[in-house]
Amino acid sequence: MPAIQLQQLTKRYGKVEVLHGIDLEMADAEFTVLVGPSGCGKSTTLRMIAGLENVSGGEIYIDGNPISHLEPKERDLAMVFQDYALYPHMNVAKNMSFALRLQKRPKKEINQKIAEVAEMLGLTDYLHRKPAELSGGQRQRVAMGRALTRDSSTFLFDEPLSNLDAKLRTQMRAELALMRQRVRKNMIYVTHDQIEAMTLADRIVVMDGGYIQQQGSPEELFKKPANRFVAGFLGTPPMNFLEADIQHDGGHTFFRGKGFSLRCDEATKRRLSGHTGSGIVLGIRPSDLTFDPLAEESIELNVAISEYIGAQSVLICDCHGAKVMVELKSDTPIALGEKLNFRVDMESMHLFDPETERAIF
Amino acid sequence: MRTATLNRLTPYIFLAPAVVIMALALLYPLGYMIYGSFRDWDPSQTLGETEFVGLSNYFYLWQDASFRESLAVTLKFAISVVSVEMVIGVGLALLLDRSLRGMSVLRTLFILPMMIAPVVVGLMWRYMYHPSVGIFNRTLESAGLGSVDWLGKHALLSVIIADIWQWTPFIFILSLAALQSLPRSALEAARIDGATGWQQIIHIKLPLMMPVLIVTCLLRLIDAFKVLEVILVMTEGGPGLSTEILALRISRTATEFRELGVAAAMSNYLLMLLLLLTVAMLAYNKFQEMRADRARRIAEEAV
Repeated sequence: MPAIQLQQLTKRYGKVEVLHGIDLEMADAEFTVLVGPSGCGKSTTLRMIAGLENVSGGEIYIDGNPISHLEPKERDLAMVFQDYALYPHMNVAKNMSFALRLQKRPKKEINQKIAEVAEMLGLTDYLHRKPAELSGGQRQRVAMGRALTRDSSTFLFDEPLSNLDAKLRTQMRAELALMRQRVRKNMIYVTHDQIEAMTLADRIVVMDGGYIQQQGSPEELFKKPANRFVAGFLGTPPMNFLEADIQHDGGHTFFRGKGFSLRCDEATKRRLSGHTGSGIVLGIRPSDLTFDPLAEESIELNVAISEYIGAQSVLICDCHGAKVMVELKSDTPIALGEKLNFRVDMESMHLFDPETERAIF
Repeated sequence: MRTATLNRLTPYIFLAPAVVIMALALLYPLGYMIYGSFRDWDPSQTLGETEFVGLSNYFYLWQDASFRESLAVTLKFAISVVSVEMVIGVGLALLLDRSLRGMSVLRTLFILPMMIAPVVVGLMWRYMYHPSVGIFNRTLESAGLGSVDWLGKHALLSVIIADIWQWTPFIFILSLAALQSLPRSALEAARIDGATGWQQIIHIKLPLMMPVLIVTCLLRLIDAFKVLEVILVMTEGGPGLSTEILALRISRTATEFRELGVAAAMSNYLLMLLLLLTVAMLAYNKFQEMRADRARRIAEEAV
C-alpha cells in the first residue's frame, strides 16, 4: 500500500482550475520531489497535503485513510517553509519545541529531543538565540530542526533552499541529502530547481500547467523524458530541439532540417515505425554533441558565444536561425565565429512528435 | 567646497519655517504658562503686574481636596477606558481578521464612532442617557426593569461607556493592521505544529502584536488624560465633582475661580504626566530599535 496517495486531486480558485485532477502514489519512506516552473501547481499540491489549502475535488490518502477533511494538526505532518516561518519572539529551543510543548509532553523528553536534534544540525550553541540573531543558513537549519523534533511520519518541504545564496544552497543541499539517509520518513519536497530535484529525489514528479507531466526516478526522467517539456526542463544546459522532416531516399531514411541532413541508423528507423506524419522534433543534449570535423552524421554549427565554466565550456551556436548549445571540454581549440562540425550520436537522440510533443521511443 | 557646505545646510534651511512657527505657536504659550504658574495671577491683571509666589501654586494644589479628587477621577477614567478599550478593540480585531464577504463594510462601520466630532458624541449620548426620554431608560422601562439614573448616580460609568464607544475603533484598526502584517507563514507553521485557534492567539498572534499594542495603549492613555469635550457636553463635570476630569478642573479654576496661576500650575502637572507617557513611548521605540540592531549585528557575526 502506498504511504501517501493523491486521487484525482483538484484545486479551483473560484472558476479557475489550477490543478486538474492529479493522481500520484508515494511509497513508504520515499523522497518525492515535485518540480516545475512557477505556477505549475506544485506548491498548491503540497499545501493541500499539509491542509493549508482546501481540496476542491479528489482525495488525499495517508496509509489508506482519507485526510482531506482533517485540520493540519490532525494529519501528523511536519513542514519546512520557504521563508523559514520561524516564530520571531521565541528562541531556537522554543521554536523547535513548540509542537511538543503544545502536546504537553514531559519537560525531560522535550529537552532531550531538542538536544538530540540540535546536535545533529550543529545548533547546540545557538539554542538561546532568537531567529533575528541567526544567519540565513542557521535559520534554515532551525526550520529543519523544528520539523525533525516532531517525529511526524511525513515531512513536507516548500522550496526550503530558495532563500539562500548559491554557495549556502549547495551546502544545505548536501546536508539535506545526509539527513535524508539518517531519517527514513515520507518526504515530499517542492522546488523549481531541477538540480535539487535530481540530486535529492527517489522519485521526481515533473509538473506543468496543473498536470503531472511525468514521474519516475531521476535517471528514468533524464534518460527517457516522456515529452518535450520534461526533456527541456531537466538537465543543464537544456536539451536542444531541432525541427526536421523525415525523408526516404534510396532505401535510407533521413532527418532533414535547415542546414543539416542526418541518416538514420536501423535502430532509429525501428523507433519511427509507429510515427505517422512527415515532421519530427529532434532532441539532442548539449553533452551528446561531439566536436569531430570528419564525422558523417553531423551538423555544422556557427559558434556565437563561448561560456567558460571551468573544465567544461558551453558553446552557444547558431544553426540557420536555431539556437544550439554544445557542452565540451574547455581545452578544445575553438574560435568564435567559426563554422564547425559536430557529430550527432543517433542512439542518445530523443525524438518528439511535433503535434503532441510526446516522445517517440 | 561652498556647494558642499550649502548641501549640508539645505535640510536645516527647509526646516527653518516650521521651526519658527513651532517656536511662536507652541513654545511661546508654553513658556508663558510656565512663567504664569509661579505667580499669583488674576485675569484682570496683566502678567507684568502679578506677584511672584514661587512654587506655592504647586504646593497649594496638593492640599486642595478638589484637585486630588479631580486627579483621582481622571486616573480612574483613563485607566478604565483604556483597559476596556484594549480588550474589546483587540478582541474585535482578532474576530474580524478574516476574509469574508462584506467584511470591509463591517470594518468601516466599526470605525465610524471615531469619525464623529466629540461634541456631537457628547450630545448624542446625553440624549440617549436622558432620564425619561432617553433610549436606554425607555427600553429598560418597556422591558419592565425600571429606569437607571445614568448621568446622576452613575455619571462616571456613563461617560466611561461613551468614551469606550467612541475610541474602541482606534484600537481596533491599529490591532487589525498589526494582525494583517503578521507573517502568514509563521501562523501556518503554528497550525501545522498543532496549535488550536486559541493557542495561535496566545502563543503567536498576541506576542507578535505586542509592540504595536504597547504603543497604541500609550497613545490612548495620553489621549484619555486630555479628554474634555465629551464630558463637558454630557455632565459638565457633575454631579458634584464625580466626573470633573483635570481638563475641566483647569478650565473652571481659570474662569470661575479666576486663579490663572493655579490653573497654569495644574496644566503643568498634567503636562508632566503626559510627558512621562510620551517619553515612555519614545523609550520603548528606541529600545525596540536597539534590540533589532543588536540582533542584526549578532546575525552578521554568525555567518
